[in-house]
Amino acid sequence: MGSPGNVSWFSDIGLSDRPDVGGKGGSLGELLRAGIAVPPGFVVRTQAFESFLEVVERTSPIRTRVESLSPDDLEAVTVCSKALRAQLEETALPHSVTDEVAAAYAQLCSSPTAVAVRSSATTEDASDASFAGLQDTYLWLNSRDETLRRLRSCWASLYSVESICYRRRHGFPEASVAMAVVVQTMVDARCAGVMFTRSPTTGDRSVITIEGAWGLGSAVVGGEVTPDRWVIGKITGEISVRDISEKKIKHVPLSAGGVEAIPVEPELVQAACMSDAELQTLRDLARKVERHYGRSQDIEWAVDRHGGGILLLQSRPETVWSKRESAPVARAAENPLSHVMSIFGGRR
Amino acid sequence: MHFPEPMSAFDMVTAEAAYCALGSSSTRVHCIPTTLGIDHRIINGRVYIGGNAVTDPAEIARRTVEFQKRAFYYYENWERLYAQWREKMLALIHDARALPELALPEFEPLEHVHAGRGVASNHYLLETYQKTLEGYFRMWHHHFEFLLLGYGAYLTFFGFCKGAFPQISDQTVARMVAGIEAEIFRPDEELRRLARCAVDLGVDAQFQEGLSVQAVIDSLQQTGEPGRAWLGELETSREPWFNINVGDGFYHYHRSWNDDLSMAFAGLPGYISRLKAGESLERPVEKLQAERRQLIEDYRELLSSDEERAAYDQMITLAHRVFPYVEGHKFYCEHWYTNLFFNKIREFGALLAAHGFFANQEDVFHLTHYELEAAIIDLMTSWSNGSPPRGPERWPEIVAQRKAAIAEWSKHDMPPALGPVPDVIDDPAIVMLWGITSETLDTWLNAGSEAAGNEIRGFAASSGVVEGPACVVRSVEEIVRLRQGDILVCQVTNPTWAPIFQKIAGAVSDIGGSMSHAAIVAREYSLPAVVGTGTATSRIKDGQRIRVDGGRGIVTILQ
Repeated sequence: MGSPGNVSWFSDIGLSDRPDVGGKGGSLGELLRAGIAVPPGFVVRTQAFESFLEVVERTSPIRTRVESLSPDDLEAVTVCSKALRAQLEETALPHSVTDEVAAAYAQLCSSPTAVAVRSSATTEDASDASFAGLQDTYLWLNSRDETLRRLRSCWASLYSVESICYRRRHGFPEASVAMAVVVQTMVDARCAGVMFTRSPTTGDRSVITIEGAWGLGSAVVGGEVTPDRWVIGKITGEISVRDISEKKIKHVPLSAGGVEAIPVEPELVQAACMSDAELQTLRDLARKVERHYGRSQDIEWAVDRHGGGILLLQSRPETVWSKRESAPVARAAENPLSHVMSIFGGRR
Repeated sequence: MHFPEPMSAFDMVTAEAAYCALGSSSTRVHCIPTTLGIDHRIINGRVYIGGNAVTDPAEIARRTVEFQKRAFYYYENWERLYAQWREKMLALIHDARALPELALPEFEPLEHVHAGRGVASNHYLLETYQKTLEGYFRMWHHHFEFLLLGYGAYLTFFGFCKGAFPQISDQTVARMVAGIEAEIFRPDEELRRLARCAVDLGVDAQFQEGLSVQAVIDSLQQTGEPGRAWLGELETSREPWFNINVGDGFYHYHRSWNDDLSMAFAGLPGYISRLKAGESLERPVEKLQAERRQLIEDYRELLSSDEERAAYDQMITLAHRVFPYVEGHKFYCEHWYTNLFFNKIREFGALLAAHGFFANQEDVFHLTHYELEAAIIDLMTSWSNGSPPRGPERWPEIVAQRKAAIAEWSKHDMPPALGPVPDVIDDPAIVMLWGITSETLDTWLNAGSEAAGNEIRGFAASSGVVEGPACVVRSVEEIVRLRQGDILVCQVTNPTWAPIFQKIAGAVSDIGGSMSHAAIVAREYSLPAVVGTGTATSRIKDGQRIRVDGGRGIVTILQ
């Protein structure tokens, strides 16, 4: 296909492309590579950001100005941030970027489809989840122009007060800071939620914990509803915990764009939002993703209301338990028989 | 927990013989560091047990040195010692079968006199009785020769799995260790073989639901050669594989398939109709073995480091090494030998009944084994001197009293445990053999407060959820009442009940742990099962709709 331009489809990228497509984009491409269904979409590569920034810097310098800031001088950072964000949001995109994004958008949304525009920063990393949260995400956008506008908003969010302070405090060189942006169709979810490929409470790697509720996942992630909760044996498929909660509200997309919370139909409030067969499908997906990455994962999933099946929206390495790996339960013994002393030798 | 029903006077011999052998093994033979033997008391016919823990660190250390010299030798030489064990056990069974029939003729047979035997028939009564009893006590020593070591090796692996995977279910660990070709599957396999023979010989129509064993045999005889050929095959299967009793071997009235063929015959119509529907009744041994290998490999992969994997490999290797004994010994001990033993005592019962000691042979089980010896000596003496024996004056009244006592005791539920609650239960024998932990005790202590609820908790033995009508079965005779789709509720399930597992939708028992043979068979049949509930047969009424959640160990009474 020759050298990649400003835009790459998920199917053409993977984790190794992270410097050019960011963490989120790379992860979505990687999931596709592992044979996992994700909502279709593309990434606006970092080179588009670079060419955009080049245009902006023709008017006034950006990077040198940020590098001159002290993270402790909040006032100066705030003034600078405000100016830079306004400047970025007002500057027209280079034609090449507009054309390529518009073409990809037209292909993605050949029938009217809402999209999400998500920041996919190159510094975004699992071990640095705090930074990942600093960039913006825009959901349920209904037009090309809105998409292009939010693309600039994502880039501009690199210059939020928090982001600048964070980079200054860690001394990251501004020249290495770039951002890719993911444009992805939204899933109108019948139900959605998260899952961990180990127990968040005991760290047990042999179980998968699934949480889900009616409607869009934002209600679960945002903590607006107590989700149903299941614990499933990763290998056996045994469902050992079924906590079905009272789910009074759900998030649904608004036709004008955005999301609203509405009451759940009375007969569904106490009903499990996932069938056992669907839970087993999630388990298969979780095992596949975990095996692909070789470590525990924290996954967002959704069930398409319009028959598109179960899709994964995101998968990140699990961070809490992975960080506190404890001593092995037992080590190989010179005399294998000495293990039985754990039973016969009494408590120590 | 082995003794849910009040024991008759004679049956208490099992408590004496078993705890005597168990204690010898742990206190003095293998010198388990933290425990001596099991003490027991009998209250209202129920046997209660208690551990005799060693707590002094210096004493534990002293015993540890001894333990490692003894137990480790057994582990290292397991296969050789186990092969030797089977030889010893088969010899013991041979000796028990070779015991003479009991005879007290009016005159000593002439050939004994001419041969100059010089010892009269009455002496052989005592000799046979003492040999019978001696063999039973010896059998229990064999029973415990390896058992604690076997369970200990299994529990070592079990504990590791629980440490590495805090939420792994007991039954998953059991599935990783359990054997595929253990003796316990054999009686059921013989039954499947007999079903195939019936079809091959064209006598399958003779086997109909609800027919008595005698009716089936009569109609087979009428078919002539094919029916006789099938009955010949039946005889082949019976020795030794039908020498399994329908309980756990602790009550004289839990008879074997051989003593009462109705359990075995109950399974045949079902197997025959499955065969005729084109189903293969072969156990998919290779598939089961492959599944077990995969399960072990999958959990291994989840471990956090190669260091843990190496420990896992060491522990499961040892668990697999010891497990054939853990699974196999019951067939030889609790089943085959115990059947021979109780049947020999029955012969004494018949002899004494014939001499007016009591009304029928089964009454003999209301005498203790000491009293029985006294009764036999009474009869010997009376035969020798020509005076009437004293027994007929004495025993009928005592037998009647004891029968009444058992009838009364069985009307009352007894608490599952007695005495002060121990701070901690750390006795490997108690934990291993009875699955009793501090958690179990807590459940028992709280049982009273939740008695009004409709939930009964037990061990999760085989996962799956099923609802259906309960069929509460208290004795083997009742199994004919089971209909397709019923949920079996019983005191003890046992491998010998396997033939009816094809009929039922789920199983609930009062007694048993996740490694009990019932649990193993239930998993094999993918049948939801909850075992060790303690109270299911007293709380669930026949015909009630219940839900069995075998993955969580919960039984719910729905109506």
